[in-house]
Amino acid sequence: MTWVQVIFVLLSLVTLGSALLVVTTSHLVHSALWLVVTLGAVAGIFLVLAAEFVAWVQVLIYVGAVVVLLLFALMLTKAPTGRQEELTARRVVPAAVVATLVGLLLAVTVVAGFRDVRLDLDRAVVGSAETTGTSVFTLWVLPFEVLSVLLLAALVGAIVLSRLRGGDDA
Amino acid sequence: MPLWWPLLVASLLFAIGVYGALSRRNAVLVLMGVELMLNAVNLNFVAFDAQLRDVLHGGQTFALFVIVIAAAEIGLALAIVLLVFRTHGHIEVDDLRELADRDEPSRTDA
Repeated sequence: MTWVQVIFVLLSLVTLGSALLVVTTSHLVHSALWLVVTLGAVAGIFLVLAAEFVAWVQVLIYVGAVVVLLLFALMLTKAPTGRQEELTARRVVPAAVVATLVGLLLAVTVVAGFRDVRLDLDRAVVGSAETTGTSVFTLWVLPFEVLSVLLLAALVGAIVLSRLRGGDDA
Repeated sequence: MPLWWPLLVASLLFAIGVYGALSRRNAVLVLMGVELMLNAVNLNFVAFDAQLRDVLHGGQTFALFVIVIAAAEIGLALAIVLLVFRTHGHIEVDDLRELADRDEPSRTDA
């Protein structure tokens, strides 16, 4: 095993372990904090897989913005900070069965389909800010603009939803 | 490294996300499961981009687009969660049954 493979395996173990803690811990805030570890390790995997710009965007948007939004939502919904037993009370067994089936199906499919394919990271094109920016703003301009319209719609929707009722026309 | 290593990690991460989204009762924790699933998809995109040595960088670009869509989704979803909390006083997804399809005997068309 080369050192790239060792780093990849370690990051994968951190990702999967902390993801398991995200979905099983009985502290609400700990769940959000383990999510930070998971997303950070995924950003590390992106770096190993030669996607440099995506990794930094992952750190900025996910670890920065999304987790802070989640923590704000936990705070605004008066989430208790202590241990809570009934977070995953009733549907643990069916959820575990469905998740195991989904995981088995996906894992068997991808391993059977791509067992012989090598991932040659030495010759992969590193997705630096320059190469990613060039491809986004030359080849993928139309999806980019559509995405900005989508973001605007989401912004307007969030404002409309979170406006207080009982106003002039609401 | 073999290509199936990152694909296997993505599959397991997706399964963990499915478990989180299905088993949690708090709506914010359900959203965290959804985020895990979106990250698994991004992992697949990036792995195939590196394997195919895509000159268009379609995989990495689409991973960026998925991140943006996830940000929009989480913003809207948290607005909905806060609205639900304001009207119901809780965000337990099991107890939100206003839209459930019940068999009401006295249903009449208006």
